[in-house]
Amino acid sequence: MTALGSAKTVKTTCPYCGVGCGVLATPQADGSVAIAGDPDHPANFGRLCSKGSALGETLSLEGRLLHPEIGNRRAGWDEALDLVATRFREAIERYGPDSVAIYGSGQLLTEDYYVANKLMKGFVGSANIDTNSRLCMASSVAGHKRAFGSDTVPGNYEDLELADLVVLVGSNLAWCHPVLHQRLAAAKAERPDMRVVLIDPRRSSTADIADLHLPLRSDGDSALFVGLLGHLAHLGHVDADFVAQHTSDAESALLLAEDWPLDRVAEATGAATADIATFYDWFAKTERTVTVYSQGVNQSASGTDKVNAIINCHLLTGRIGRKGMGPFSVTGQPNAMGGREVGGLANMLAAHMDFTPEAIERVGRFWQAPNVATKPGLKAVDLFAAMARGEIKAVWIMATNPVDSMPDADAVRAALEACPFVVVSDMNAKTDTGHYAHVRLPAAGWGEKEGSVTNSERRISRQRPFLALPGEARPDWWIISEVARRLGHSKAFPYRTPGDIFAEHVALSSFENDGTRDFDLAGLSGADYAAIQPTQWPVRTKPSARMFGDGRFFTPDQKARFVPVVPPPPIRPAPGSFVLNTGRVRDHWHTMTRTGKAARLSAHYAEPFLEIHPADAERLNIRRATLVRVSNARASVTLRAVVTDRQPQGQVFAPMHWTDQFASNGRIDSLVAAKTDPVSGQPALKMARVHVEPAGARLFGFFVVAQSPALTSDYWAVAPINGGTRGELAWFNEPEDWIAWLKANFHLPANARIKTFSDDRVGRRNFAVLEDGRLILALYTSPDPVIVSRQWATTLLTKTNLSASVVLAGRPGADMPDPGATVCSCFSVGINTITAAIAKDGCDTVEAIGQCTKAGTNCGSCRPEIRRILAATMASLSQTRS
Amino acid sequence: MSGRQKLVVVGAGMASGRALEHLFAEAPGRYDVTLFGAEPRGNYNRLMLSPVLAGEKSFEDIITHSAAWYASHGVTTHFGEHVTAIDRHRKVVISRSGETPYDTLVVATGSAPFVLPIAGKDLPGVLAFRDFDDVQKMIAAAAMPGSRAVVIGGGLLGLEAAAALRLRGMGVTVLHAADHLMNRQLDPVAGAMLQKAFEDRGIEVLCKAQTQAIIGHERAEAVVLEDGRICQADIVVMAVGIRPETRLATDAGIHVERGIVVDDQMRTSDPHILALGECVEHDGICYGLVAPLYDMAAVLAKTLADQPAAFRPLPTATQLKVTGISVFSAGDLETRDGQEDIVLRDEEDGIYKRLILRDDRIVGTVLYGETTDGPWFFDLLRESAATSDMRGTLIFGAAFQGSAPIDPYGGRCSVAG
Repeated sequence: MTALGSAKTVKTTCPYCGVGCGVLATPQADGSVAIAGDPDHPANFGRLCSKGSALGETLSLEGRLLHPEIGNRRAGWDEALDLVATRFREAIERYGPDSVAIYGSGQLLTEDYYVANKLMKGFVGSANIDTNSRLCMASSVAGHKRAFGSDTVPGNYEDLELADLVVLVGSNLAWCHPVLHQRLAAAKAERPDMRVVLIDPRRSSTADIADLHLPLRSDGDSALFVGLLGHLAHLGHVDADFVAQHTSDAESALLLAEDWPLDRVAEATGAATADIATFYDWFAKTERTVTVYSQGVNQSASGTDKVNAIINCHLLTGRIGRKGMGPFSVTGQPNAMGGREVGGLANMLAAHMDFTPEAIERVGRFWQAPNVATKPGLKAVDLFAAMARGEIKAVWIMATNPVDSMPDADAVRAALEACPFVVVSDMNAKTDTGHYAHVRLPAAGWGEKEGSVTNSERRISRQRPFLALPGEARPDWWIISEVARRLGHSKAFPYRTPGDIFAEHVALSSFENDGTRDFDLAGLSGADYAAIQPTQWPVRTKPSARMFGDGRFFTPDQKARFVPVVPPPPIRPAPGSFVLNTGRVRDHWHTMTRTGKAARLSAHYAEPFLEIHPADAERLNIRRATLVRVSNARASVTLRAVVTDRQPQGQVFAPMHWTDQFASNGRIDSLVAAKTDPVSGQPALKMARVHVEPAGARLFGFFVVAQSPALTSDYWAVAPINGGTRGELAWFNEPEDWIAWLKANFHLPANARIKTFSDDRVGRRNFAVLEDGRLILALYTSPDPVIVSRQWATTLLTKTNLSASVVLAGRPGADMPDPGATVCSCFSVGINTITAAIAKDGCDTVEAIGQCTKAGTNCGSCRPEIRRILAATMASLSQTRS
Repeated sequence: MSGRQKLVVVGAGMASGRALEHLFAEAPGRYDVTLFGAEPRGNYNRLMLSPVLAGEKSFEDIITHSAAWYASHGVTTHFGEHVTAIDRHRKVVISRSGETPYDTLVVATGSAPFVLPIAGKDLPGVLAFRDFDDVQKMIAAAAMPGSRAVVIGGGLLGLEAAAALRLRGMGVTVLHAADHLMNRQLDPVAGAMLQKAFEDRGIEVLCKAQTQAIIGHERAEAVVLEDGRICQADIVVMAVGIRPETRLATDAGIHVERGIVVDDQMRTSDPHILALGECVEHDGICYGLVAPLYDMAAVLAKTLADQPAAFRPLPTATQLKVTGISVFSAGDLETRDGQEDIVLRDEEDGIYKRLILRDDRIVGTVLYGETTDGPWFFDLLRESAATSDMRGTLIFGAAFQGSAPIDPYGGRCSVAG
């Protein structure tokens, strides 16, 4: 990577979650980039989470795709673009516009998105453009539209701080939207009367700030909120004026809710009656209530109903669009909202307009496009199903990894394998999806590309470049425009800069709008693109902090709609099987294409895992830290067993991040059925029925190695560390010739001098290769999960004058304390350092530990864990002392 | 004359020196002590002759008990004076200066080098490596430019001599009858590493080498092997073992088997005569290492002081004293059923460690190249300590204990748990 111009600080926006934090990036003289939170950005006011803080460590060009490739050969841009255009044109001419598709991403910038959408819907003439936002937001969009007549998030982040009750539904805010969580935690610390309720099957890290945790069965949310609606109506907690003047259809919703008294809700959800009653009571009596919801709501076969069940409660109490209240969807992607704004989903047209005859005509006129798509296209799941049936002849995938993130992921892989022409635009040379591409196009990445994104509170922020485009990488808008030109649409795609595109996007948003559409950027018309400050839309004349405070919605009668919701039957564990819930870890994001490059971010979790309740684990003879096979008819994956009572019995949890690039067999979405919400088409990614059993590993291994390995063990998972790679291994049968295995898997020279430790009875073998006191390879094997401090071992590659004994022993000598597993990623503080601060230095609060060790003093994402460690250590100390 | 009992000690070696130290501490003034020493000098640490030969220490450095020390404790000393007989009936010992009466006699005559019964063994230039006289002869021989030494015996003593002579510039060949060097203390792997280390110093090592004869006209000139090979030699150092020096006791009619038989209190068959050191046999075993000798010294002093004590043999450890080569060995190295080996092999750095366990307890160890933890292993061995809790890191030594990984999940995988 090369810095752009002289070292100066660039204000940009984080490329990860939908909080959309402002980032200050300052290229340094040594080629690195200093990253800091932007104190002036209203999303984060200077805060960054662990992922954001480590952005500077993800910018290396290692693994980047730096030139176009056709098949497995390098190609020039002209040749590649010609081929893409030719194959798309041929498919369109021969099989019609609906035989081609674009599958995009919430990581695309609004300008990229706009051009892709315009090309497909305006000029190819098909709405077959869907994106990974379908996996993230579609049910919220559908719920918003059903209730408000528009896809509008009414409130903003400040509402979480102003609320007296914050209800978190299906959201591990602490890990998935850490900065928002920190804002909430800070507000709660300041106003201890403020209450937080967590509704989640798992006792996630977010439970740390919750006054009440309701562990529901999967998909119990609708029953809970339908019951709440009935409770509110029954006890008269109703804003009758608001309901009468600004809503419709309340009666039918309430009629259904009557059927859901407390005991039925408790029976259906599995939560304790008393806890539900407490929640209902708090909700009823707290005017300033914000209900935050995320993937636990959206990624469900009943996601849209869940959204409306929540919105119904806010409509009934009139708690919407005012300070400190409202339903609040927080998005998973940096630009899910921006994608929706341009219409970058198959069931939208453009600029918050749908496929109505007036909108089709209007957009066609605006774009001067003769061939505007007239009907919705294929949503993600349907798109890949059609591809599998041979109906999609050419697909272009941009900035996403559907082979890993889509449900029934192996079927998606098969569909891509069968597709006659697959184009993948990506930053990375090797991704699970790129593997199936006929043409790979090198896209510009964060820090290189320029454009805008919109966060979860409707705030448009600029992503600004501070690095030169590497190799032949190009911005996505340029690549798409070049293909559009080759398809004969030069006039419609004349863009020279992203600013040109943004200006057109602004113009379309306000084109014949007159207040009929929520999305309107008229106020940004003619703005200096380079200088646009973070701005909340709509911006007719000035930015809008909140929506619907005036009770006017975007339905034809301007009234919000109650949506009658029939709760689905609760999902109960069936005998012999588990309900699999999927989600995220604190320090990784999506399929790890960026976070997987940062050693610091792999220190927390560096392999795929399954969380299982101790009673279930005991019954199945699954010991902690062993490997489990998680399987069903679709697939089988191998994961590390984490035995924890954070997980309810009968349910298991696994993260969705691991791909074939990082683990032998950890693609969790291969287990998930391609079942979708009937309204939104969003797949139910958080629900699969699986069998769990010990994987039967006979031998475990852990290694650190300077060179990138080529692993052939039955199980492996790798992650970067400073100076090389770390990895976990397991075998169902021990290699017969260890030395040969080591040489082949770790690229050791034939004359490598391998030091060995062996304990034959126990079956433990350790191997080390050093060169002039520096480590080349350390491998530890054992019939039980290998006991070696990972935190310590992962520092070995950067050490000099290493003793072979220290390496082979797999632990520091007495004079070198082991810091323990990383808890605080920002300052790399280990658990042992923290417990020492508690036990020896007398730190008895999270703050004191922070002063002593710096842990938790930057992004704060680890504070829930520190609090847990503090409690556990204090408990064991008092036990020892009494 | 005082009324104190008369104690006569025959032999002024390490065992008797240590015994007298204990005695003067336990029962000062109880005995009039008379000491006979065959060598014409005070008591020195025989173990340290190797560094003297190597030129790394002077003789003065290794003196443990000087004439002045004995004098200060009222000991009458006869250095350089052999005791030729014991008259048990009259309770006197006989020497050049006449008869010396005793109430109690301590025999500490030590051992003599074992001499192979081969032709040429008595030729001038055939030396043992036992005392300071031998060292002086070797130093003189090494002073001749281009001179060569053949050391017969690749045990501790022979190897120390070989290394020292090489340091003094001699060409050196070690002839060893067994398959690998130090075969009583090392296993074949460590033996091979040791051999390589010696060869790296320019010392020729021939294992499975059966010596047939030493040949020469006026003095030793070469060693002939059974397979016909001939090794040129200006001196031949015979270091093939020791035998207890028991002649005095045998002649006096004391019970002697391989050594002078003693009981747990170090008494011989004659209740007025005690014995200790390399000359004795306890429970069928003769000892050649210093640790049990010192244990005997402590017991013998207690017996002399009329205090209860009993000699209990303990496992022994050995270390090779060759600068730059560390070898430590202790306990039982034989391969047996139920034995479990933990092995660390690092040929690149010349390190080899082996722990032999039975029922999770160390019964033997061989350390080559890195011996710092030898004493710790040896302690665990002697205490028969259970090691299951530290088995994974045991071989890496004491510094690696007690700092077990405390990652969540006990450092068992790469998840935060």
